[in-house]
Amino acid sequence: MALLEATNVHGGYGGMNILNGVNMTIDQSDIGVIVGPNGAGKSTMLKAIFGLLHVNEGSILLRGEEITNAEPTVLVGKKMAFVPQEKNIFPSLSVQENLEMGAFSRKDDFAHMLDQVYSFFPPLADKRNQPAGELSGGQRQMVAMGRALMIEPSLLLLDEPTAGLSPLYMAEIFERIITINKAGVGILMVEQHAKQALQIASKGFVLAAGQNRFTDTGENLLNDPEVAKAFLGG
Amino acid sequence: MLSNTALKEMILIVALVAAMLLLVSVMGSAYGVRVLVEASCYAIIALGLTIQWGYAGLFNAGIMGFVALGGFSAMLMTFPTNPRFWESDLPGELGTAFLKLIVGVLLVVAASQLHRLKVPRKIQIPFTMILGAVVYFWVINSFAPVTGSIVREAGFIGGFGLPVWVGWTVGGILAGTVAYFIGHICLGLRSDYLAIATLGVAEIIKAFLKNFEWMTRGTLTVSPLPWPVPGAGEVGFIMARALYLSVTAVMIAVIFFLLHRAYNGPWGRMMRAIRDNEISSSAMGKDVNKRRLEVFIFGCILMGIGGAALATFNGIFDPNGYLPLNHTFLIWVMVILGGPGNNIGTLFGAVLVYVVWVMSEPAALALLNAISYLGDLWFAWEAPSDFSSRALQARVFSIGLIITLVLRYAPKGLFPEKVPQHK
Amino acid sequence: MNELVFFLNNVVISGLVIGSIYALGAVGITLIFSILRFAHFAHADMMTLGAFFAFFLTAMFPAVGPAIGLPTAFVMLPIAMALTAVTAIYLDKGFYKPLRKHNVKPIVIVMASLGVTLMLQGLIRMFMGTSARSMYIDDRKDIYRIDLPFELASRPLVITDPQILLFVVLIVSVISLHLFLTRTRLGKAMRAMSDNPDLARVSGINTDTVVKVTWVIAGCLAAAAGTMLSLDVTLKPDLSFHLLLPIFAAAIVGGVGHPYGALAGGFVIGFAETLSVFNWAVLLRPFRDYLWFDLPSSLAIVPTEFKITVPFFILLAILVWRPTGLFKGKVL
Repeated sequence: MALLEATNVHGGYGGMNILNGVNMTIDQSDIGVIVGPNGAGKSTMLKAIFGLLHVNEGSILLRGEEITNAEPTVLVGKKMAFVPQEKNIFPSLSVQENLEMGAFSRKDDFAHMLDQVYSFFPPLADKRNQPAGELSGGQRQMVAMGRALMIEPSLLLLDEPTAGLSPLYMAEIFERIITINKAGVGILMVEQHAKQALQIASKGFVLAAGQNRFTDTGENLLNDPEVAKAFLGG
Repeated sequence: MLSNTALKEMILIVALVAAMLLLVSVMGSAYGVRVLVEASCYAIIALGLTIQWGYAGLFNAGIMGFVALGGFSAMLMTFPTNPRFWESDLPGELGTAFLKLIVGVLLVVAASQLHRLKVPRKIQIPFTMILGAVVYFWVINSFAPVTGSIVREAGFIGGFGLPVWVGWTVGGILAGTVAYFIGHICLGLRSDYLAIATLGVAEIIKAFLKNFEWMTRGTLTVSPLPWPVPGAGEVGFIMARALYLSVTAVMIAVIFFLLHRAYNGPWGRMMRAIRDNEISSSAMGKDVNKRRLEVFIFGCILMGIGGAALATFNGIFDPNGYLPLNHTFLIWVMVILGGPGNNIGTLFGAVLVYVVWVMSEPAALALLNAISYLGDLWFAWEAPSDFSSRALQARVFSIGLIITLVLRYAPKGLFPEKVPQHK
Repeated sequence: MNELVFFLNNVVISGLVIGSIYALGAVGITLIFSILRFAHFAHADMMTLGAFFAFFLTAMFPAVGPAIGLPTAFVMLPIAMALTAVTAIYLDKGFYKPLRKHNVKPIVIVMASLGVTLMLQGLIRMFMGTSARSMYIDDRKDIYRIDLPFELASRPLVITDPQILLFVVLIVSVISLHLFLTRTRLGKAMRAMSDNPDLARVSGINTDTVVKVTWVIAGCLAAAAGTMLSLDVTLKPDLSFHLLLPIFAAAIVGGVGHPYGALAGGFVIGFAETLSVFNWAVLLRPFRDYLWFDLPSSLAIVPTEFKITVPFFILLAILVWRPTGLFKGKVL
């Protein structure tokens, strides 16, 4: 059974649909990447999956269970985590407190997860008592992802994790994403840096005008001349 | 054919007229006209609020202050001159004190501009502050003896004996000036700050009016204030009040006409755009804060005029009579119940709420007497001695309840705003 | 020396007392502001309500206090705090939460809180009447006169029992609030929600619980402030009237959303009030022979009847020069 199965999703803000029938399937071992032009509904799709905007038609299943329009708090309980693109940390809380907030829904001991996040993102370990708002952009992104990892998610949604980062940091973040995926976390992310992202993608979704235009493995999409011409800038 | 809303509005208006007829028949026509005149003054104030809240979404929690300023101007401008004051040496002394005030203000302003003469900020700021403090003490200590002897020897300075329309106009100007300063400071910030600041300014205006006895006679009150129309002594109660009503009615008609034109014109469209979507209209390059300041000032001017008309009608200026309950929250109920942004609705709300408010007092008292009588009869329960004054607090409770209920269940009021459609 | 004692009594002790009251109120305002994002106008009436609960309990069990040796109302304070906290939660449920669910503009909720203010005022006066009452029923207020060990100071320092208890309440509240916000899961969640409400929701923080906790804390602090103030002076139904503006000024001076700032803001406003109505001529009188000007009999910065203008002008000044407050709160 697929980890996440979205079928014919329509949805948007205040009655106006931005998504006009999107289909997506992600397995536990997948890194899924959503690319496409501005306004194609990439981030909107992530928000629809995470219950942050209303799905008017279609269904979203998590391991076969219906989760269409479920509250974020419920989804967190089902081991799904979301990292927004902007404002994705608590700036006045320390790094460690940010991570603890990620584990808010956990009633069990999560000390081992703290250690694991610090081993994923070594720069954070030294700054654990520093307010997260004082960190650099790349380190903030690490805090944001670390926060999401605290529930030991089976599916991690990332909205443009490399937005505004230098190429050096971008490579590092992509590397972490691969590591996280290898640890058994299914990943679905939206990326502006389509070429680089598709290189690490096991599945790629090219959206345009709220619909799937191409769906294939990352490699095939990269090599498809039509995709390259229309969406990857030649 | 009548649409559903038009039918509903028709029924509401007929019901209001019926309620008023009932009031007149029960309480007598002299009383009925009096209530109508007061309601019309409240309507002018409520129109001021409906443009602030309904057109622009500005929260004014200090209506009482602007109404009191209007009442104060009506008193100061129109009350006959006080010969005991003008024939003494006191005007000269008061003038000297005011001269010192002006000199002091000029000195401080000059000091605050010293940096233009290349005086370093480090010296200029402390110097200005110290100068300000010295000037402050100098000025208040030159006022204190003069104002003290005015109160002792002449009572108060009296009015200027000017025509009533001057008093009402000055009331509007004064309220607008205070609104300019408050709005200038607060309108750039979040709307909550305006609410807090207006709440504060109302209390401060009241504190000044109450304690500046040399200008207002404080708690001794000033009466009778002259009327713009012949008084009851000349033409009888009903006729005099009816004449007064025609004056306020003409004012409302003029305000109404102006508001209607403005609301449907480009200015009104812009205001609604700002209210409904502040960010995009500021992105369109419209100076949001300046427009909002205009609306805030304009609304407060109407409140000042309404307050002046109200004080003149009552014939008395009593700083202690300005209550946040009557002059702020009652107005709010009128506007949100009638329909913010809808002038007809506001007018309807003002008359309805005022009539109900006036009628509720005797009705409540009758009910209370019945309760305490029956309680005594059946349960030998003795009501506390201040029972009636306590139980009247139920009105305060009701006003609060109505505000919260309307906000929750009928946020658009009885007469929802009709936004004109442009084709 | 006596002049100095006069200064200590009228400025330092009074300032500390009224500052503590403002601080307790302002902390509640600032917490509600940062979690629920609106100016809670009914806060001062929650203070009166708390005092009213304490008075009610005192009237029911007047003998409890004398048995322990503390004012009865103070012994009853925890129960009054609990009652106020519960009331606050239900007020939220009945009047603010439905509006939040409708996604109205924050200013509409501010208005609803004005409606709640009127309802509370009406209710309190219906049950209590409009006159002032003493919170001491079967006991009486202890007043301590401390003689200073200086020869020239013949007048004593005066401090009352409820004032000392107020300082104790304030210190205990501040320490427990600090520990709560920095050490507990819910306290950290409160700070998180004040930082970034959307992310708090996404992280799986139960925002309803955080809102409830906020009301509990604000209600408890309000009840404590109201009760202690009424113990020290008297319980008046229009208590709230004189508190509303100063506590808002204190919260904004301290920087909205900043509990420690609100604490400082409370004392800034409290001392500003006592310093500005203090008659400075008293302190200058011993030096009157050396002054180059005649000493006026009254040299107060603001006459007592204009005390209410002090918090207002501080508020305006801070809004003009530093809208984020002294401690860099949120720009709202």
